Amino acid sequence: MKTLPAVDAVIIGGGWAGLLMAKELGSRTALSIVVLERGVPRNPADYADAMDELDYAIRMRMMQDLSQETVTLRHNASERALPLRQHGSFQPGAGVGGSGEHWNALCPRFLPDCFELLSKTTEKYGAKALPEDHSIRDWGVTYDELEPYYTRVDKLLGVSGKAGNLKGKQIEGGNIFEGPRSEEYPTPPTKVPYFAALFRDAAKSLGYHPFPAPSATLSQSYTNPDGISRGGCTYCGFCGRFGCMVGAKAQPTTLLLPIIQKRKNVVLRTGAWVRRILSDFGSKSRGVTYIDASGEEVFQPASLVFLSSWTFNNTRLLLLSGIGEPYSPATGRGTVGSNLTHQVSTNAATAFFEQPLNRFMGSGSAAMFIGDLDGDAFDRGNLPFLRGGTLGARGYGFQPIANFGVVPHSVKAKWGSEWKKAAVDYYDRTGVIGFTGEHLAYKSNFMDLDPTYKDKLGDPLLRLTLDWHENERKMSEFATAKAVEIARVMNAKEINPFSGLRSYDSTRYQTTHVQGGTIMGNSPALSVVNSYLQHWQLSNLFILGGSTFPQNPSMNPTPTILALTLRTADAIVGRYLKNPSPLA
Amino acid sequence: MRRRHFLTLSAATLGGVIVYSLDRKASLLASEQKPIRIPLRFFTETEALIVAAAASRIFPSDDSGPGAREAGVAVYIDRQLAGSYGRDHFRYTQPPFEDAPPELGYQAKETPRQIYREGLKGLKDFHLLPPAERDTALQQIESSAFFALLRQNTIEGMFCDPLHGGNAGMVGWQLVGFPGPRMSNYDDVEKHYGQAFRPRPASLSQVTGKKIRPSEDEP
Repeated sequence: MKTLPAVDAVIIGGGWAGLLMAKELGSRTALSIVVLERGVPRNPADYADAMDELDYAIRMRMMQDLSQETVTLRHNASERALPLRQHGSFQPGAGVGGSGEHWNALCPRFLPDCFELLSKTTEKYGAKALPEDHSIRDWGVTYDELEPYYTRVDKLLGVSGKAGNLKGKQIEGGNIFEGPRSEEYPTPPTKVPYFAALFRDAAKSLGYHPFPAPSATLSQSYTNPDGISRGGCTYCGFCGRFGCMVGAKAQPTTLLLPIIQKRKNVVLRTGAWVRRILSDFGSKSRGVTYIDASGEEVFQPASLVFLSSWTFNNTRLLLLSGIGEPYSPATGRGTVGSNLTHQVSTNAATAFFEQPLNRFMGSGSAAMFIGDLDGDAFDRGNLPFLRGGTLGARGYGFQPIANFGVVPHSVKAKWGSEWKKAAVDYYDRTGVIGFTGEHLAYKSNFMDLDPTYKDKLGDPLLRLTLDWHENERKMSEFATAKAVEIARVMNAKEINPFSGLRSYDSTRYQTTHVQGGTIMGNSPALSVVNSYLQHWQLSNLFILGGSTFPQNPSMNPTPTILALTLRTADAIVGRYLKNPSPLA
Repeated sequence: MRRRHFLTLSAATLGGVIVYSLDRKASLLASEQKPIRIPLRFFTETEALIVAAAASRIFPSDDSGPGAREAGVAVYIDRQLAGSYGRDHFRYTQPPFEDAPPELGYQAKETPRQIYREGLKGLKDFHLLPPAERDTALQQIESSAFFALLRQNTIEGMFCDPLHGGNAGMVGWQLVGFPGPRMSNYDDVEKHYGQAFRPRPASLSQVTGKKIRPSEDEP
């Protein structure tokens, strides 16, 4: 195998986390850095040509090519797992920018108690209140420690929104349940599409506290601290599953790539498929081997290794490389692969209206939410579950292939004249109140290597063992009832409530917020990395992304991933480079 | 080498502009009268006629507006099956193939091309049946993977950008009030609350002024 010239740092994966680390280290230090991205290069200037629902939203051109690699799934450890042969409940991106190119750009922070979930919940309700099978953990970092980094992320992305808690003072109109913010959002909230406005007014009349979604798709033009200028959103509605054609949506290719490309010390290689992370004597990583764009396997030596290839591949590369002890639910030993979670997400109430909604206009993050039922914000009385989530009305531009044919349950036909007439009538008269809820971690939900199925190179696929527990089922039922109440006040003439969570369904899109596998924490016995995302054993290996989340809060993860990455970058620049050793 | 097959469609029924009467009955204005011969990429002529006839029962042309016939759904499906989708280029197709509960998604080996070719054998002479018998024939296969695919592909062919060969004349978009890739709704998104706002549709090629290559035309 050919050995390439050694570099100071190699970064596996060119998405949000990897490119942010490349930008930070590349512009603040003289380190030589190579970013290895296995997908294609991307040019934001091409995105206007991609406003095609079929190729992008239905055939999912920006997502990973599953013919090369997928994951397998089973509901419990006694079943045989089968491969997910097409995209379904989550949609990992491919290419430079990764999922950060095709996201909907919702940009909330996690609630403060999410980071100390084990201690706060135990303190409040006692250890007996926790589900028997749980593996809930504290993160090893607190909201207060992370707040300055959240603020830097808000400025980097230019997030549009309204603060609901400024330095401890609650402000009506924002999310009054959020943690204290040190500063107002950099830009004001987005415009409000009609359906979201209906939701806002109904929620308010019921005593809830609706707030505009924090949006990394800009409400107006903005220049960030790096000097990157972007224009405001035009509400064309081509957001999720698309790159932004006007550059209003924050994407790695618009915010990070232009800076990286100017730095001579940073090189981005595409078509580079990393197979193994090599390590010596259990204390240092030596670099990585990868198949390059020409198909040749090469060794890239490096003094620092960053693993930032999304939840699945972060976990899989550790397992394939024999780094750390694989988690076993039978013995409770090991950490790699534990705490697999997938945020609960449902169409809690699908509401049918008399009047048209003009729902082709909007953006993936032009939305109104309520946080009244999230986290521990509400008095749960005798409710039979822990935690909660948000209800919201998204004004993303609806497109017809994905959305035609949603009709009230009273229409029985699935094809033919009766069905067509109802589907045409309701096409622009249907709105969804969505629920996203917290997913706790359980001992029985985990990842390991599949014994049967292989990727295109012959390496084992990652196997997910994942199912819902009573906590999520009951939380979802509760949220559905609340959403139906709101839909009634919105004057919906018919409402289809969510039919309930049964076993985990890989065919129903939820979110791309799948987390865990290489979790952070306070102890090497229970976590893979410390709170600086540094591997407990290999101190020159850092793992970035949602794979480090011990459990899955109800909110969108990107700002937290970026805030944690900035905190790690600061610790590396400020401490590690002077004295390369464990940071915690 | 495959013998060349054509689907002959009446231009009078393909595409057009929808006009609504006061009681919201939709009718189509179309100018061309000459038949159009469209070269087929995957189907034989007979298969294409059967698919066109079946798609027209799933999404009929009736009082509530134009359907699969005017949108050219059969042409759309033919092109999809000839391209990467029909051949499953982006699906994980390594064995072993096992039966599985529906929550694990489609697990079989057959590609969309194979599902159609096999499924169409069960609809022999379908296009020659009287309309009522066509519905009975479809009801008999309603629970099959082939029917699910045909129904899904019919919806796609009704509402895709016309660059894919369906949604001719943007009849599907006109039917539901979708304007296509409209570059800016900035001034409109907070106006028109509760009132239908229906800008005239424009296709991606019209909006960008470019010829866009659809994925099914890629090698």
